[in-house]
Amino acid sequence: MTPEHWSPRIVAFFCNWCTYTAADLAGVSRMRYAPNVRVIRLMCSGRVDPQFVLDALARGADGVLIGGCHPGDCHYAEGNYKMLRRFQLLKRVLRGLGIEEQRVRLEWISAAEGEKVKAVINEMTEQIRVLGMLGMPRRFEEWDSEMHQLEGAVRQAESTLIPPLDDEEEPETLHA
Amino acid sequence: MPKPKVGFYWCASCGGCEEAIVDLAEDLLGVAEAVDIVFWPCAMDFKRAGVEALSDGDLLVTFLNGAIRSAEQEEMAHLLRRKSQLLVAYGACAQLGGIPGLANQFSRDTMMKFYFEDGPSTVNEARIHPRLECVDGGHTVTLPELRHVVRALDQVVPVDYYIPGCPPTPKVTKTAIGALLAGELPPKGTVLAPDTALCDQCPRKASKPTHVSFTAFRRPHLTSLDPELCFLAQGIVCMGPGTRAGCDAVCPDGNMPCSGCFGPTSRVRDQGAKMLSSLAANVDARTDQEIDRILDGLPDPVGTFYRYGLAKSLLRRRADLDLTSASIPGSAAAPPSAPADSPTR
Repeated sequence: MTPEHWSPRIVAFFCNWCTYTAADLAGVSRMRYAPNVRVIRLMCSGRVDPQFVLDALARGADGVLIGGCHPGDCHYAEGNYKMLRRFQLLKRVLRGLGIEEQRVRLEWISAAEGEKVKAVINEMTEQIRVLGMLGMPRRFEEWDSEMHQLEGAVRQAESTLIPPLDDEEEPETLHA
Repeated sequence: MPKPKVGFYWCASCGGCEEAIVDLAEDLLGVAEAVDIVFWPCAMDFKRAGVEALSDGDLLVTFLNGAIRSAEQEEMAHLLRRKSQLLVAYGACAQLGGIPGLANQFSRDTMMKFYFEDGPSTVNEARIHPRLECVDGGHTVTLPELRHVVRALDQVVPVDYYIPGCPPTPKVTKTAIGALLAGELPPKGTVLAPDTALCDQCPRKASKPTHVSFTAFRRPHLTSLDPELCFLAQGIVCMGPGTRAGCDAVCPDGNMPCSGCFGPTSRVRDQGAKMLSSLAANVDARTDQEIDRILDGLPDPVGTFYRYGLAKSLLRRRADLDLTSASIPGSAAAPPSAPADSPTR
């Protein structure tokens, strides 16, 4: 997606018992909210491995939303507390890696709170729209563009040392 | 039959990996008997021209240690890749970026300024920075350019095998070299060490609690450490559960927690994320404030969880850094679009 046509892409991990059901409720209640969220259903917010969050960001998500049951309501008793602790530590790591705080968000949304799904998604979409594209895949490409300099330098050096060859016969100077 | 040719080379590294080869002690004689070492500039007088003169694929295997930080290292990585049938990333820096990879938290400008001006041990009143090019006694001398990004070897050229560790232990090294020379080759991309977590080899394993629970994180240098009890039970961050085995738990054996140098097992993509997940889940608190108080005991989470693996982690580098730090004298960091002859050069 080019920056001109950009609109926030948010990956959401919703727990089966509360937040996903709430998103269902928002749907059957015909609530309208920003279409910028791709929801992935997990059995519990405690199943959200911080690797999922980083992987989503690394693959081009502009934000990650995690939804779980309210404290004390976890279907598996402790899963949402585990998520809360992981989230707090992950936030500290993300701060150290220059990712804005608003891009990763944890919300407790019960099965009855369809309205909250709508409010959270709308608010987060707007916040990320203000922050702009995260675009990690583009950043990786940009960072690695500095390695093209070497290829250019080697070609230039070879062209001054040896007679130019036909394109087909050009020796492989660099491994991809 | 001629003996297979082998090379050793170093890039952005401390020299510990070279030391690790020497640590093979008398076993090194066996290796030297079985192979022709045709390139090992750290130990003997070999020249780059000698490598260039080899035909492509002439080296059976090259063990390359160190991260890739400079244009010269990048070039050598390409050269050795071309001349070698097998390229082995030797040690944590070549495999994961290692300690040099921690520089991916800072721009090149920041790092150079700290190193040459602001560092507590720096004495440089004239604020002299290295230049890429200068004339001395009528001769032009040059230095290779530093890249903005620190890279693991496989982020520059394809790598066949990895030998982990900071540095790899003699046992891991010997086993790996033996397997490669015997032609007992596992699938490409394999890390040549056991694929289990370090806890499996740890002499303290029996004392690891079923339910680890942190009421506070304590720091090793401020704590009197029990020499037998699992570090996690002592409130010490030990990377063992998130780190590959193979070192025979030399650090826990020396009463220091694992810092994660063998990298993740094959089931984990991002060692830091996995380890923070495990530790945080076991924090004994349920409110934001209480969790925060306990996590304050980890003053440098990136440096703790990504000590060796930042360059190869999912995010690789501080996301808000780019490649525009051409203001350091002599570091012509010209991205392709910038004028080739920048005034600082």
